[in-house]
Amino acid sequence: MSEEHQQALRVAITGGTSGLGLALVRELEERGAVVAFIARNREGVERVARDRPGAFGIVGDVSRKEDTHPLAIQVLGALGGLDVLVNNASSLGPVPLVPLADTDCEDVELALATNLVGPFRLTKALLGSLAASAREGRHPLVVNVSSDAAVTAYPGWGAYGASKAALHHLSRIWNEELASEGIQIISVDPGDMDTPLHARAVPDADRSTLRRPEAAAREIADLITGTVRGATGPFVARESEVVQ
Amino acid sequence: MIPASIARQRPPDGRLLVIDEQGVITHRARADLATLVRADDLVIANDAATLPASLAGVHLPTGGVVEVRLAGRDSLSPGEVTRFTAVVFGAGDFRTPTEHRPPPPALHPGDRLQLGPLRATVLAVLGHPRLIEVRFENPVAEIWEGLARHGRPIQYAYVPDPLAIWDTWTRIASQPVAFEAPSAGFILDWALIDLLRARGAAFATLTHAAGISSTGDAGLDRLLPLDEPYYIPASTARLIDACRDRGGRVIAIGTTVVRALEHAARADGSVRPGAGTATQRIGPDTSLRCVDAIVSGTHEPGTSHYDLLAAFQDGDVLRRMEHDADGCGYRTHEFGDSVFLTRSRMRRLKDPVLALAPRSDRKSDGDRYAIAEDPYGGLCCVQCHSRTWANRHEFPLL
Repeated sequence: MSEEHQQALRVAITGGTSGLGLALVRELEERGAVVAFIARNREGVERVARDRPGAFGIVGDVSRKEDTHPLAIQVLGALGGLDVLVNNASSLGPVPLVPLADTDCEDVELALATNLVGPFRLTKALLGSLAASAREGRHPLVVNVSSDAAVTAYPGWGAYGASKAALHHLSRIWNEELASEGIQIISVDPGDMDTPLHARAVPDADRSTLRRPEAAAREIADLITGTVRGATGPFVARESEVVQ
Repeated sequence: MIPASIARQRPPDGRLLVIDEQGVITHRARADLATLVRADDLVIANDAATLPASLAGVHLPTGGVVEVRLAGRDSLSPGEVTRFTAVVFGAGDFRTPTEHRPPPPALHPGDRLQLGPLRATVLAVLGHPRLIEVRFENPVAEIWEGLARHGRPIQYAYVPDPLAIWDTWTRIASQPVAFEAPSAGFILDWALIDLLRARGAAFATLTHAAGISSTGDAGLDRLLPLDEPYYIPASTARLIDACRDRGGRVIAIGTTVVRALEHAARADGSVRPGAGTATQRIGPDTSLRCVDAIVSGTHEPGTSHYDLLAAFQDGDVLRRMEHDADGCGYRTHEFGDSVFLTRSRMRRLKDPVLALAPRSDRKSDGDRYAIAEDPYGGLCCVQCHSRTWANRHEFPLL
């Protein structure tokens, strides 16, 4: 703990057992970060933990209020502090996609719980550690994974798009408020990727037109390492600069 | 005093009893804290998050029900969560006042405990039938998961509703290493921290594994506080140097901050950054080296927290504080009202000490100053009484 500036980057990633989250676990670990990843399914967590023995797997559901602090305790217990939180776990809402008029209220609530309130709660519980990271001269960062559905009105993507739009705006406001603490909160759109989530939403998509999650993970990892390690100086990018 | 029985960290009617360096008492609203902080001051809080350190389970040799309250640990290292000092109670839970809790079954080294998903072994009984050293047998990740999922916050009967873990985390909570909440920090929220900075004051943290405040057993309570590991970031040590150099006050939020800073303090009031373990008791005979004022909960005579306040002000001032707090209906314990206690201007170091001046003011390594306690309770040059270390003097003895 005493070598403040030589410590490895400490990163927590939600939804870390598939798609972009898993690609980020691998990419950031290979760049020397210490990574804790969170997912709901214990078998999935154990499978990834076997594949990545250096990473810490934690079982929990970010949409559940009762899981927030147990997750935070385990993240901090594993990493001894935190520099980066990636809120990546997402819920599509009803699958197959249906128009809003046919969407059950409960599905809207679940999308909001996973995509908006969950990231809010986990970020809030971990804010003390992120502020401590800032006071020790690092540049802590929260990355909220957004979507172009947060901006464009795609029919059928109502629950998901509305929740991601809210997350995007929450990121912008919180980023302004936390500037004095030295914590950045950004929202990034990784583009349409070939992931299990996309396959559930658009089962008949032409996968050759979709981005590999590894490519998006490299880009987000560049952003993280550039920001937190200060390699590119104080990072001032806003969401618009990283939208695909 | 009346115990605060509702788990609310910043009640809108919270009160703040203020004692200035002359021992004069005034009553303020807790929300006024920022107005008591001056532009040159440094406010330091304990950013330890609170572990859910109460573990219900079974003493396997007898089948007896136990509650194990984790109370101490040798290190803050996240990988070293195998061994703890713990206080053990028999049947029941927080709803029974601790002084009425039955003792646990007789505990012996080697006894196995099953605490939810956690398997533990009694390593030693530490001079009291309730106080043990315990070792968890699970792998480290399972220990963290077991604590996070099975543990409950340590709680006392004066708060009737079960505490949620978030009731015990301060806004700034970071590493989960405290066994009970560093509750003086409940007064802080992010808006207040912004306000302190807007007033020109600085804000810093350290991490201190706050132990348990009461065991219900007078003999055991006399051993409190147990040894507590802490960590002081280099950035905090630098802010302390800068604060002293500009003549500001170091204001500690809570007794744990005082204990860590004074343990790490050098004679000139600067502190050694890094990890340490606070082993000392702070009381009326303690000469404070670093801390100029404390913001604390209200504490009752006979507790180690109250003794610590006696390092700031003499007994007669503390007795007036008690009298006023009682008479004005102040609430006590972790969700209660607060005090802002400035070091008395009447206190003097018994012997002026010779020490190095703050590093930033040293011309060379050989620059030394004799230090005394100044009329405002800070440390000053014994020759010219300056706290700014602007004048250099010759001290032939050195």
